[in-house]
This record gives sequence, structure tokens and C-alpha cells, in this order.
Amino acid sequence: MEEITAIIFEAINQINRQLDIDKQLVKSEAAVLYGPSGKLDSIGFVMLIVNIEQRLKKKYKKAITLTNEKAMSQKNSPFLSVRSLTLYIQKLLAEKR
Amino acid sequence: MNPNPVILITGTRKGIGRYLVDYYLKKDFQVIGCSRSESDCKHSNYWHFCADVADEKTVEKYFSEIDERFGGLDILVNNAGIASMNHMLLTPLKTLKNIYETNVFGTFLFCREAAKLMQKKKRGRIINFATVATPLDLEGEAAYASSKAAVESLTRIFAKELAPFGITVNAVGPTPIKTDLIRSVPEEKMKALLQRQAIRRYGEFKDVAHVLDFFIQKESDFVTGQVVYLGGIS
Ligand SMILES: NC(=O)c1ccc[n+]([C@@H]2O[C@H](COP(=O)([O-])OP(=O)(O)OC[C@H]3O[C@@H](n4cnc5c(N)ncnc54)[C@H](OP(=O)(O)O)[C@@H]3O)[C@@H](O)[C@H]2O)c1
Repeated sequence: MEEITAIIFEAINQINRQLDIDKQLVKSEAAVLYGPSGKLDSIGFVMLIVNIEQRLKKKYKKAITLTNEKAMSQKNSPFLSVRSLTLYIQKLLAEKR
Repeated sequence: MNPNPVILITGTRKGIGRYLVDYYLKKDFQVIGCSRSESDCKHSNYWHFCADVADEKTVEKYFSEIDERFGGLDILVNNAGIASMNHMLLTPLKTLKNIYETNVFGTFLFCREAAKLMQKKKRGRIINFATVATPLDLEGEAAYASSKAAVESLTRIFAKELAPFGITVNAVGPTPIKTDLIRSVPEEKMKALLQRQAIRRYGEFKDVAHVLDFFIQKESDFVTGQVVYLGGIS
């Protein structure tokens, strides 16, 4: 769990380097990643997701696709916050085992 | 671009793809090739993997390996393609599915995986393969021409979606070139087709390579979403 959150934070770090100060993401579990109250635009979101996918692949040697159709249309989007995304990744990793 | 750019070409066992391997090896590129069967190229700067371009799991696995071996990717050439000529009344749905799998799904998958690697460096070049059969609406080529129409559409949309990442996406649309792809088409049909071109001759491998070179050039970073047909077809 902490390991996954750490991966998301590392990805946020890297993405922040490419964003204007006022667009940067906060590194907290409650931070909103994407949605009406989020700071990321759609390109920023794509960059973040791809970055996280690549880190997961390196770490767990598994190709995880975070954006399947189900996830994108879920009422409680897993991409809302760092916390919800962590839980979602945990679930995907468990399914791959 | 690197002094020795990393180029991935699909469909490199034979035909145009096989020519492009030698062509870019001569230019000191690091060439990666892929087809369902093995390649006869033994050059030390060539790395081949066997995969069906539409097999998502396998393709994803090889892209991870490309990332590890080459530390990224500069250019993708989606050359792998299949064709089938028949009247629509005589075309089994299975034929259509096979053609779409390789030409459309394969192109989509490679573009997606390549863009993931390219966006890290904020630059990249993707070149897809179209055909003059699409603008000419050739009878007997419904399955093939429509699959390549989809490739053209992907090219234009990806150009927009990938522009923020410094990646250009273009396509080359060759006229008939003598490869196995068109071997089964009767000679008189081919002659009639050549008559519809502004310049009435068969295409050659080097004609295709020339368009690729143009898209790849550093100076072409403002050229994207374009389909360039050869032989004066528009
Ligand atoms: N020749 C022409 O007149 C012409 C005209 C316009 C456009 N084009 C386009 O140019 C491209 C190359 O055509 P070509 O004439 O060189 O064809 P070709 O001689 O038939 O060669 C096709 C190549 O693609 C590979 N391939 C086919 N299906 C594949 C798959 N599912 N996964 C991976 N590799 C696959 C083949 O190797 P394996 O069999 O080992 O997989 C082979 O290396 C195609 O996109 C075609 O549509 C050709």
C-alpha cells in the first residue's frame, strides 16, 4: 500500500517539474488528481497515468493498464485522489497475481 | 535526434519493410524489426522480435524490452500490413477481421506503446502506411482500402493528441510496388490502376524511403497529420 503511494508520489514529482507552479499537484493522499476540482488538464492527466504505469511495470514486472473502459466510466472514479488510485492499483495488482 | 536514432519498423521479414531495414542500417540507425516469422538480417545493429502486431500482451512485453535495451524510441514505422482482393459479395467476414486486426489494431497498438516511450523525451516520429486504394475507392478492395482509411483517420487524430508531447504522426500512401502483397492481382488490373496515376509507373522501395526521410527530418517538426500519396494520386 505505502509502496504504491510512494510510486504515485514519485510520478507526481516528475510531472510537477513540467508544470507551472499554480498547476502543480500536492503530494498528499487526499490530493485530487483529476476531476472538476483537480488542477491537471487532460494532457497532464495522461502524462501522470503513463508515468505511473511505467513505474509499476518496472517495479512489479507487470504491464498494468490503468485506464480500462470500466475504470473510466466508474461513478467513483479511481483517479479522483491519490488514495483512491492507490487502492485501485492494489486491486489490479492482486488480480494479476 | 540522436546521432544513431532508434527506429522500429514493423513487417520487416520481406517486402518494403525488409528494404527499409537495410536502408536505415546503412544510415547507422539502430534498427528494430518485427514480423510474425524470423528475419534473415544478421546485422549487429539490427534486433528482431517475432510477434503478431495485434497481439497486445506480446507487443507490450516487447516494448518494455525496447525501453530497457535502447532507453527509448525515436521513430516508429507501422509498415506491417496485409491485403485481400475480392468482390464484397464474396468476402467472408473473417477476411475483414484479419485485415483490420493487422492494419488497424496493429497500427493503433504500436502507436500507443511507442508514444508512451517517446513522450518521456518529448519528441518522436510516427509514420503509418496508407495506400492509394483508399482515395481511388478501388473496386474489389473494400476490406483493404477501408482498413487503410481507418489508418488515415488514426493518423490525423493521433497527430492532434500527440502534438503536446512533441510527437509527429504522418502517413505515406504508396502506389503499387511489386511485392508479394499485390502478386495475386491480375496484370491488366494493375496496368489499369497505373493509368490513373499522374506518373504512370510502378512505385519503388526508394520512393517510400524518400517520404519517410522527409517525415523523420528534424526540420519536419511542424509537419504532422499528413498523408502523402505517391505517383500523383490525391
Ligand atoms: N506493395 C504495394 O503495392 C503497396 C501499396 C500500397 C501500400 N502498401 C503497404 O505497404 C506495407 C508493406 O507492404 P508490402 O508490399 O511490403 O507487403 P508484403 O511484402 O506482403 O510484406 C508484409 C510484411 O508484414 C509482415 N506482417 C504481415 N502481417 C503481420 C502481422 N499481423 N504481424 C506482424 N507482421 C506482419 C510480414 O511478415 P510475416 O508474414 O512474417 O508476419 C511481412 O514482413 C503494407 O502496410 C501495405 O499495405 C503496399
